Amino acid sequence: MAKSIAQFENVGLRYGTGAETLSDISFTLDEGGFYFLTGPSGAGKTSLLKLLYLALRPSRGLIRLFDEDVVTLPRGRLPGFRRRIGVVFQDFRLVPHLSAFDNIALPLRVSGVEEKDLFEPVSEMLAWVGLADRSSARPATLSGGEQQRVAIARAVIGRPEILVADEPTGNVDPEMAARLLHLFDGLNKLGTTLVVATHDVHLLSRVANAAMIRIDGGRLSDPTGLLKNPPREPRRRRDS
Amino acid sequence: MNLPFFSASQADRRLLTEGRLAGPMPWVIAIMMFMTVLSAAGGIGLNHAARNLTTGLSNRITVQIVEANPDERAVQARLAAEQLRDLPGVSNVRRVPDEEIDALLEPYIGANGSQEGIPVPALIDADLTDAAHADLDAIEAVVGDVAPSARIDDHAQFLAPLTGLIGTLTWLAFAVVILTASALAAAVILAVRSALNTHGATIEVLHLMGATDAQIARLFQRRIALDALFGGIVGFLAAAIVILLLGQRISAVGSDLLGGISFPWAAWILLALLPLAGAGLATLVARYTMVGALRKML
Repeated sequence: MAKSIAQFENVGLRYGTGAETLSDISFTLDEGGFYFLTGPSGAGKTSLLKLLYLALRPSRGLIRLFDEDVVTLPRGRLPGFRRRIGVVFQDFRLVPHLSAFDNIALPLRVSGVEEKDLFEPVSEMLAWVGLADRSSARPATLSGGEQQRVAIARAVIGRPEILVADEPTGNVDPEMAARLLHLFDGLNKLGTTLVVATHDVHLLSRVANAAMIRIDGGRLSDPTGLLKNPPREPRRRRDS
Repeated sequence: MNLPFFSASQADRRLLTEGRLAGPMPWVIAIMMFMTVLSAAGGIGLNHAARNLTTGLSNRITVQIVEANPDERAVQARLAAEQLRDLPGVSNVRRVPDEEIDALLEPYIGANGSQEGIPVPALIDADLTDAAHADLDAIEAVVGDVAPSARIDDHAQFLAPLTGLIGTLTWLAFAVVILTASALAAAVILAVRSALNTHGATIEVLHLMGATDAQIARLFQRRIALDALFGGIVGFLAAAIVILLLGQRISAVGSDLLGGISFPWAAWILLALLPLAGAGLATLVARYTMVGALRKML
């Protein structure tokens, strides 16, 4: 039986004093699983991912990552957890004045890898995403697809246990989307747990054994029935 | 990123844009350091002058024998001087020669004024120990016994307003040093906040990749430290030139009082340490401000 890597229990998220953006979110992600998070725009996909990559804390509920409760985790311990999670942001968030090489090397530098030990893994990663000849290019001189591949390379170079990607195929053509999906599949086969947010439901059919988490109006459903600890159906009011 | 503060790698330095001397920060620090060094120099110089005055003159008295009869004046002056020499705590008793007094009075009463019948008091200088100076009334009484026309002038008394003024100016100079240091700290806080805005996106990305607050702060504090060091050295050199020029002007005046505003070489070392202290202060403030701002993030 697969070990769980992330567990959400009755998680709610509220920005400020407004209504809950996410309500009663419960699911468990297995280690090595491949999960698509789908739903319409504004459904709460990005908010859910932010909770997963520790950019936000929930307003209520329990989140366990790597067998630890991260809701009550002291702030000083969060960096250690974040280094175990790779993130591909929807808008890539590449550092504009750094080359592709330096952008990809960032997580290793953050982790304290010596400069002399950077060249080989970063070069390998550049080759893996097909950008070996663009290592010194700055983001502004890269195409959207190239930027996206740099962002992916940066997210995976630290060998994260979970890779979170927010709409990674949103801005690329179908051919590039297929290539990216192939990259993700390869990573997943190496043991990385993938959570890919997308509103392109057709992607699901391209990855065997992928589970789909659907979110709509801040609530989850489990259309593929593959989630452990799936979200409970909201109680229906009795008609009087 | 885990390297010590001043040996951050070349690549780490590239995480933040802009090279050295970019923006007004180093020049603002240079101006502040210029003012700080001048104020500190003023404070040290005045303090030195005040010390010279107090050690040289404050325990000194001058006994005046105010007697119109020259013979009687001479007798009383001799007796008073003898009496003073016998007193404990009194040293360097010296009857000021009449020629010296004539020279002092020449601008007012002309040459040989005392010999032309103008009654000029006889003067006796003496140095006192602190204990003897504290009991000046007793000395006055003893001298008065042998020289009824004697009056004692305590130098400390007429120097008091001057040393008070110099003391006030000294404190004022050091207050200006503290104020400029505070202004430097405020400028650094503003610079860090501005950098937080400019590099907010980069900081957030680093943060989400697992960079610690200390790692991110190190990037900024190193940069601020170098700016502060550069500005500090420029400000110090400019102030040093002004101090040297001012010193020449003071020497040219030839005043005993202004001449007391000397500048010992140890003071130069102290002033040279100010840019380093400024860089240290800027670094600490940058780190504190940056870590404080980062703590507001998750």
